[in-house]
Amino acid sequence: MDILVCARRVPDTSENEIALNAAGNDIERDDLVYSINEPDNYAVEEALQLVDKAGGEVTVVTVGGEDDEEILRREMAMGAQHGVLISDDAFQGSDGKGIATVLSAFVKKGHYDLILTGVQAEDGGAQVGGMMAAMLDYPFASVVNSIEVVDGGKLKIGREIAGGNKEMHEIDLPCVLSIQTGINEPRYVGMRGIRQVASATVPTFSAADLGIDAAAVGAAAAKVKRVDYFVPTLGKGAEMLQGGQEEVIGQLVELLKAKGGLK
Amino acid sequence: MAPIFAYIAHQSGVPDDSALELAAAAKKIDAATPATAIVTGWGPELDAVCASLSTSYGQIWKIAHEALAYPNAELVRQALAGVLPPGCIVLVPHAHFGMDLAPGLSIKLNSAFVSDAVGIEGIDGATLKLVRQEFGGQVSAHVRCDISSGAVINVRPGAFKPIESAGAGGLVIDKSSAVGPLASHRRYLETVVAASGDVDISKEDVLVSIGRGIQEQDNVAIAQELADAMGAVVSCSRPVVDAKWMPKSRQVGSSGQTVKPKVYMACGISGSFQHLAGLKGNPFIVAINKNPKAPIFQVADVGIVADILEFLPELTNKLRAA
Repeated sequence: MDILVCARRVPDTSENEIALNAAGNDIERDDLVYSINEPDNYAVEEALQLVDKAGGEVTVVTVGGEDDEEILRREMAMGAQHGVLISDDAFQGSDGKGIATVLSAFVKKGHYDLILTGVQAEDGGAQVGGMMAAMLDYPFASVVNSIEVVDGGKLKIGREIAGGNKEMHEIDLPCVLSIQTGINEPRYVGMRGIRQVASATVPTFSAADLGIDAAAVGAAAAKVKRVDYFVPTLGKGAEMLQGGQEEVIGQLVELLKAKGGLK
Repeated sequence: MAPIFAYIAHQSGVPDDSALELAAAAKKIDAATPATAIVTGWGPELDAVCASLSTSYGQIWKIAHEALAYPNAELVRQALAGVLPPGCIVLVPHAHFGMDLAPGLSIKLNSAFVSDAVGIEGIDGATLKLVRQEFGGQVSAHVRCDISSGAVINVRPGAFKPIESAGAGGLVIDKSSAVGPLASHRRYLETVVAASGDVDISKEDVLVSIGRGIQEQDNVAIAQELADAMGAVVSCSRPVVDAKWMPKSRQVGSSGQTVKPKVYMACGISGSFQHLAGLKGNPFIVAINKNPKAPIFQVADVGIVADILEFLPELTNKLRAA
């Protein structure tokens, strides 16, 4: 089974506090730590476990620039056989549909049995996988938290629904699945692993290489645009306990007593 | 103005809470264009849903098909793409079914797609102005959507205050015959109900809840010691379950348990909307987080900026000494 995983490099929210820049039109991007979008990493691990059982190869693809190549190498260090960068000035300012258009064109160039994405990106909206499936006329399932190979042509999948319950479906290959975090335990990647793939070739494809009409992607084609960022004020906010730690703990214990928090 | 449709999620013959929220969202797009509810399903359950929508929607499009009796967004997408008029605006609740249905629907309708909208600021010509949240709610974004060829908008559950248009008149229009044959490469098998855990956190009055800030499995003991000193139980947010540090039965949130404690100690939890969706009954919330900008401080009653790994053991010592 040959598997394509679509991944993205994003600011890592476990490493960064996301704040507005001075102009208020973007987030403060200086000193941000970037990493692979967390659900995408689970998708790569799932792909690796599937080819371990069923055979085949894993390709990780991203749409972006030179800086984004680092996540491809990281996932190759995890065990993915191929990393592919799709890069072109024409893609600048694409909305979700634009990115899905680019990735669909790449899918049509190859022969993949299964296409995985992360369930959503830190700054995105759980959209590219479902759009690609519709463009390719492949079946799609989102929020997938288990995959079992039934036979060569089918998978049995679980979808995470409300209350910790799970919806089971059978789905024909080729298909597109969006992978939920927690589906597996992604393997650790050390510096040694990263060094081993440092000289591996990462092919780059342009719009022309994939036969993409530049008018169908990029800012001009984008129907959805982010204008700016802001920090909303919601409600009155918490009463912040101030003072030294001893003092704060004293105040908190009194509050917990009053509110029935201590037995 | 383009017609506005609201896709109604339902279960056991009862519309989801989002049904009335989408009516509110539609009013924010254009108060003068009454939204039409669109409901898919089969049998008496579907009729019951249509009947109960009649107080909140002036028009209800009913699509009955045996294949739509089971949750399969692949089939619902085909059905909707076959009956919705070109250029319309479709509102869909941004939950697990909407995530399955909507992005592909926007492609089939050749319209724009906006995911997880939390606010709608109205229409300016052919531009719909919306608000989204990014980076786990740490920042919000103004978004502009060109609706000249229609739009599918996924709306966050709970983001709009539900409205009932008294005497909306609820005319049910059966559109079933407009739907062609439905076929899918995906087949619904069954729904597996979550196994219950050792502790039922939904029945506890006091929860010490831990998030990503607990950092590693060994530190879970720090929270357990505090919970023991308080007479409380430890619960958690999603990243703790993803990392396998606690069982799924301890997770608070839309994909975990719904809890209604008197006191909720959110320790190292940023406060994503999926987490807060599992917190009901207006508890007294204490938030402890080292990030002063964590969204949890906006909803908590009391906040403390501190590293939980240092703060919780000190609190435990104080309680043990008392």
